[in-house]
Amino acid sequence: MTLAAATNENLAEISNVLIYSAMAVYTLAFFAYIAEWLLGSRSKVARTASALTPAAEPRKVPAVTVNQAGGTAVLERPKVVVRAASGTRDVPDGPGAHGGDEQGDLYGRIAISLTVLAFALAFGGVLTRALSVERAPWGNMYEFNITFSTTAVGVYLLLLALKKNVRWLGLFLTTTVLLDLGLAVTVLYTESDQLVPALHSYWLYIHVSTAILCGAVFYVGAFGVLMYLFKDSYENKLANGGRPGTFATSVLERLPASASLDKFAYRVNAAVFPLWTFTIIAGAIWAGDAWGRYWGWDPKEVWSFITWVAYAGYLHARATAGWKGRKAAYLALLAFGCWLFNYYGVNIFVSGKHSYADVGLGALQSVGF
Amino acid sequence: MSDTTTDTTPATGEDQDLGAAGAQLSTAPREEPPNLPALGVVGWARWFWRQLTSMRVALLLLLLLSLGAIPGSLIPQTGIDETKVADFRDQHDILAPIYDKLGLFNVYSSVWFSAIYILLFVSLIGCIVPRTWQFVGQLRGRPPGAPRRLTRLPAHTTWRTEAEPEQVRAAALDLLKKRRFRAHVVGDAVAAEKGYLREVGNLLFHIALIVMLIAFAWGQLFKSEGNKLIVEGDGFSNTLTQYDDFKSGNLFTNDDLVPFSFDVKEFTGTYERSGPNKGTPRTYESEVTYTEGADGARKSALIEVNKPLEIGDAKVYLVSHGYAPVVTVRDGKGKIVYQDAVPLLPLDANVTSSGVVKVLDGYRNPDGKKEQLGFNAFFVPTFGGSASGTMLSQFPALDYPVLALSAYHGDLKADSGIPQSVYQMDKSKMKEFKDAKGELFKKLLMPGETMTLPNGAGSVTFEKDIKEWAGFQVVQEPGGGWALAGAVVAIAGLAASLFIQRRRVWVRAVEGPDGVTVVEMAGLGRSESAKVPEELGELAELIYDRAPGAPDPRPDDDTTSGPTDTDTDTDPEAVPAEGAEQQ
Ligand code: HEM
Repeated sequence: MTLAAATNENLAEISNVLIYSAMAVYTLAFFAYIAEWLLGSRSKVARTASALTPAAEPRKVPAVTVNQAGGTAVLERPKVVVRAASGTRDVPDGPGAHGGDEQGDLYGRIAISLTVLAFALAFGGVLTRALSVERAPWGNMYEFNITFSTTAVGVYLLLLALKKNVRWLGLFLTTTVLLDLGLAVTVLYTESDQLVPALHSYWLYIHVSTAILCGAVFYVGAFGVLMYLFKDSYENKLANGGRPGTFATSVLERLPASASLDKFAYRVNAAVFPLWTFTIIAGAIWAGDAWGRYWGWDPKEVWSFITWVAYAGYLHARATAGWKGRKAAYLALLAFGCWLFNYYGVNIFVSGKHSYADVGLGALQSVGF
Repeated sequence: MSDTTTDTTPATGEDQDLGAAGAQLSTAPREEPPNLPALGVVGWARWFWRQLTSMRVALLLLLLLSLGAIPGSLIPQTGIDETKVADFRDQHDILAPIYDKLGLFNVYSSVWFSAIYILLFVSLIGCIVPRTWQFVGQLRGRPPGAPRRLTRLPAHTTWRTEAEPEQVRAAALDLLKKRRFRAHVVGDAVAAEKGYLREVGNLLFHIALIVMLIAFAWGQLFKSEGNKLIVEGDGFSNTLTQYDDFKSGNLFTNDDLVPFSFDVKEFTGTYERSGPNKGTPRTYESEVTYTEGADGARKSALIEVNKPLEIGDAKVYLVSHGYAPVVTVRDGKGKIVYQDAVPLLPLDANVTSSGVVKVLDGYRNPDGKKEQLGFNAFFVPTFGGSASGTMLSQFPALDYPVLALSAYHGDLKADSGIPQSVYQMDKSKMKEFKDAKGELFKKLLMPGETMTLPNGAGSVTFEKDIKEWAGFQVVQEPGGGWALAGAVVAIAGLAASLFIQRRRVWVRAVEGPDGVTVVEMAGLGRSESAKVPEELGELAELIYDRAPGAPDPRPDDDTTSGPTDTDTDTDPEAVPAEGAEQQ
């Protein structure tokens, strides 16, 4: 065994340790988020309810204020008043998982710090894995999974850093990331190794890295859509005079208003749609170099296309009367389902060129894309 | 704000005013209920056209398209893998004919799939043309004047100032123009609009989709694709007759083939030597020399797996490889009747290969009669050793090559007129050579070894020099450049369409009853975005600096409420953020 190979194995070892450590820290973060939600349930926020129950007091529309402090005439600058569009419920956003509870907020902050730490560990794990194989870390399902979940958390932390209202996502995200990593280290684990020649191309790097990024953003968007659907039916129920269960009330009251969730989901999905378009085109260019045709209706290509058309359908639906709101949201979930199937389903159930053992060109099996 | 409902309140008075302000913020087709048309062919035709070019039908067609694409990914397709289709037919004798009728073995060229996308693209064209005209009209026109009550808009602000109304309007006009709004004064207010690029991007995106589709269809019609297996040292010139197999689009003619020729000098393959992925290929490359045209200069090139050789419109891809042992066959008198490299087809990842050696001419059997010889050949580049009990190769490189031959003589029926595979032997008129036990005569040979056929029938030598062959695919697909250009425009247009916000801003300045100027500003965007109020605030600050606030006329009040609306939720007059709906 050469010296280089030995260092590489060491690096692969380090990568594994880092991934396991990240999982441990994610687990701590998970419990901290749980604590945040539990402590938050103590406070009885019911802004949505008070906004929507028929008996609720008519709220004052925020009005233009020109303040005057005594006679010294210190004039305030003009304030922009924003009002809800007609037909839209004017519901305030929930306070977040901690529900305004101070201790809950503290645990939430701890959870986020832990998430940052876990992300750093996982990122190190992905990086050392990449170094150990001297290539990008997505040669097989294991590597794809660890890279994907790390990217998803990265997207979440980035949104947080940009001061977007996404803190409520924490618990859902860490839960699924833990599941994803668990799956990766148990079922999908593959010893580090290099790529077969068909995978050597810089278009691959572009194609797969944008695919992973798109997936991570779509993932976050799908969460927004899902929460929108829950919150929207909650608000509908309240508006119609219904009485949602206490658990639903406790959880949903703390989420942003359905209109905000809907907007969040739309922005996230719309922002990444051009990148997804680019990903497919980069894939076509790569296929053109590798296989002699840029589009061949291979199952992976077909499902990328279906995903693309489904997201285009979602964007259209939002501009089409009778399709806005819930129906468009279902389309967005469907579109994300297509993305998931493209990644897991096609790799597992359908055989095609992306998982081929072609005559002479050897196995390109177990490749994410 | 998201608008989960459409405002369908009948337009009256003030409402109409607001409606005009929000109108034409986009060129999306108007939503119409699918009412049945008045009688008459023209009426029906118009109705049908309206339906086809409506957003609702476009959306349904999009969903149908994605639905229709699914079966092609689950059912074997003739265009992708014919043998799988054949297997499927063998296994499902009830389903297969039904699938055939439905075109499910070639979904993407089936009538129904074509119908979906052709309808979608007709709808798209029917949508783009009027939208483009409408947009040109909007560019020629000017932003609509301010609605009567700016406080009804999704974002607004107001303050009182000592500045004259004209001064305020001039300042606002100046500022908005500097900010690249299209602005003009209408009555007592400045009307401004920005973000037309959004619409341009959206139209370009949809047009680019059409360009891509046409480029793709063009490519399919004029495409050609041929395969050729070439042993090291041999050559190829790009004419139809030289291909092992050849496919082309419906409009392709033989003259379309780019003239060139090339020789394969050497093929190199290396493989992972250890670890869990032992045996997976690491490099594949082929050194070639080629000439463009009938008599161009000879150049050399290296063709790798992801790096095709491009000659004019043609691309030469390296797609497969295998071994071609050199075999010499002598007759009973020792005369060489056959000496050639025999390309064998790989059966597995370790290049266990099989094929046939056919001696068609020149052989006479010990009785002096003309006969043909045939040998079934089985080759492994790395033999597991006779103790391993397997004849399967252990590694793809030439570590321990062994050739196994079994021998036949008789008539290969090569002259029957039916094209024969070079990798298969028609044994119907062939007799086995027998060994001492009366069984089929066969032998394992190491490089350099010779096996002697029974009864002085001759000998076969497995030469030491084992050649490799490379399989090439030559593809010509015109329209690629157009498709790429379309793709680039599509992405740029899409980004413009999704990231640019088209919005209007109005600034009204009028003298209040007490002689102090009241400034009102409002913003309206087409799609949901927090940017409209943000931008409005920024603009307001800047105008405020040039028209500073005046004290409130009623000093007792701490706060003055603007027009008090307590009925926001049911306010029929408010303009939804996506005002475009209200036409
Ligand atoms: C080939 C199929 C089509 C695809 C992939 C597609 C895709 C898209 C996408 C991604 C958007 C951006 C959404 C946005 O700006 O919010 C869009 C917008 C739009 N599309 Fe299409 N489209 C297709 C066909 C059509 C057809 C047939 C029509 C005509 C009925 C149409 C009309 C529109 C309009 C009016 C918009 C702008 C909507 C708005 O103002 O928000 N599209 N399309």
